[in-house]
Amino acid sequence: MHPVLTTTLAIGGVGAACGGALAMAAKFLAVHEDPRIEETANLLPGANCGGCAYAGCADYAKAIILDDAEINLCAPGGESTLCALAAMMGVEASAAEKKVAIVLCGGDSDKAPRKFAYNGIADCTAANSTGAGDKKCAYGCLGYGSCSRACPTGAIEISKGLATIHPELCIGCGACVKTCPRKLIHMIPASRTMHILCSSKDKGPIVKKACSVGCIGCTKCTKMVEDEAITMQGPLAIVDYTKDYTNEETIEACPGKCIKKVPAVAKAMAGRQGSTVD
Amino acid sequence: MTEYVLIIIGAVLVNNFVLTRFLGICPFLGVSKKLDTALGMCGAVIFVMTAASAVTWLISRFILSADGIFYTDLQYMQTIAFILVIASFVQLVDIAMKKIVPALHGALGIFLPLITTNCAVMGVAILNVQLKYNFMKAVVFGFAASLGFSLALIIFTGLREKIDRANPPKAFQGVAIALITAGLLSLAFMGFAGLVK
Repeated sequence: MHPVLTTTLAIGGVGAACGGALAMAAKFLAVHEDPRIEETANLLPGANCGGCAYAGCADYAKAIILDDAEINLCAPGGESTLCALAAMMGVEASAAEKKVAIVLCGGDSDKAPRKFAYNGIADCTAANSTGAGDKKCAYGCLGYGSCSRACPTGAIEISKGLATIHPELCIGCGACVKTCPRKLIHMIPASRTMHILCSSKDKGPIVKKACSVGCIGCTKCTKMVEDEAITMQGPLAIVDYTKDYTNEETIEACPGKCIKKVPAVAKAMAGRQGSTVD
Repeated sequence: MTEYVLIIIGAVLVNNFVLTRFLGICPFLGVSKKLDTALGMCGAVIFVMTAASAVTWLISRFILSADGIFYTDLQYMQTIAFILVIASFVQLVDIAMKKIVPALHGALGIFLPLITTNCAVMGVAILNVQLKYNFMKAVVFGFAASLGFSLALIIFTGLREKIDRANPPKAFQGVAIALITAGLLSLAFMGFAGLVK
């Protein structure tokens, strides 16, 4: 036989055999994956931020299709993703409340003094484990910016030793929550405007010594609000964020000046025309 | 028996595929950032290299050699034949694994297609022919070579994880320091030279 023919036959034969084997395998060993999973994954932003508590966008897509997961968990995707998902799944876009992070502490360096000068590395966890933190208040924000460094959008500003989150920049991924050694950062619905910016579980007199804007546990606010929108948890008043409730009088009346009105995201957005944040 | 032990020591330490023969550098640098992914890659490489050396040995012996089914010496076609066989073999394993052991597929899944283009797999197939190994030796060599690859990858990943935390100077951060580390690691493995011929 001519060598060219032999070679062609040999390599062609090997190729054909491999191709045939693959075709057979694809036919007999096929795993039927729901095609909707891929479609759903394509609708998600693909940021893989993990804000939905799944391992990534593909994992969340799988959970939506197979485990009937809620379709409104994607914070970066926001309303547009939700509507697209709702259209695909044939359900109504429900309670698409965007979540934002908030630091529940209002004590900057003017209001909450330090008990010693900390000269260690600028990291909250390190500062917190040095003499239980350099702030007089054992629950307040240390202000070394661990949360700010974790934020993918630069939404956390540190000024005067206090972290403040700009809700209009926050995408609600929750990356900062884990970094706070004092667990001051909470994820709340973006439309909420009334906040108690204190997390101190100390009793009134101790709070007063450590901070001028702390919750002293007087329970005045809990009596003024309706529907138990603020409840006492030990000596600390806590806003129930499941209820959309704001009462100007309560905010004015707080003797500790720790209840603050922070504009909701929608309003903040209106003031930021031309903002790049979607 | 001694021969097999020597093959294993030779492939794992003395002529380590990554650090001495410089094969399989791309996954070595690519998936060495985290130990989890490195371990996944190691598992996939061990599996594919061992199996591929068996398959390619059979192809080489029964199709390409002068006393194979065509009675013609087709060794000059071995590169293309091996590429063909390895690529489809990896694909086949991928499909079969997805069906039969989905858990293993979940762990190794994304690494399998990457191995298709891993030159260490190709290298082991060609070396098997060059060194004129018999079937058993070829399989043992393939397995040992992949063990050597895994050893190098795991050591390197451990080093990189530590180095990233050690805050190197800005000009050296990332790939630069990784390449220097790889070079030093390779030098260290040169110390085994001459242990097995």
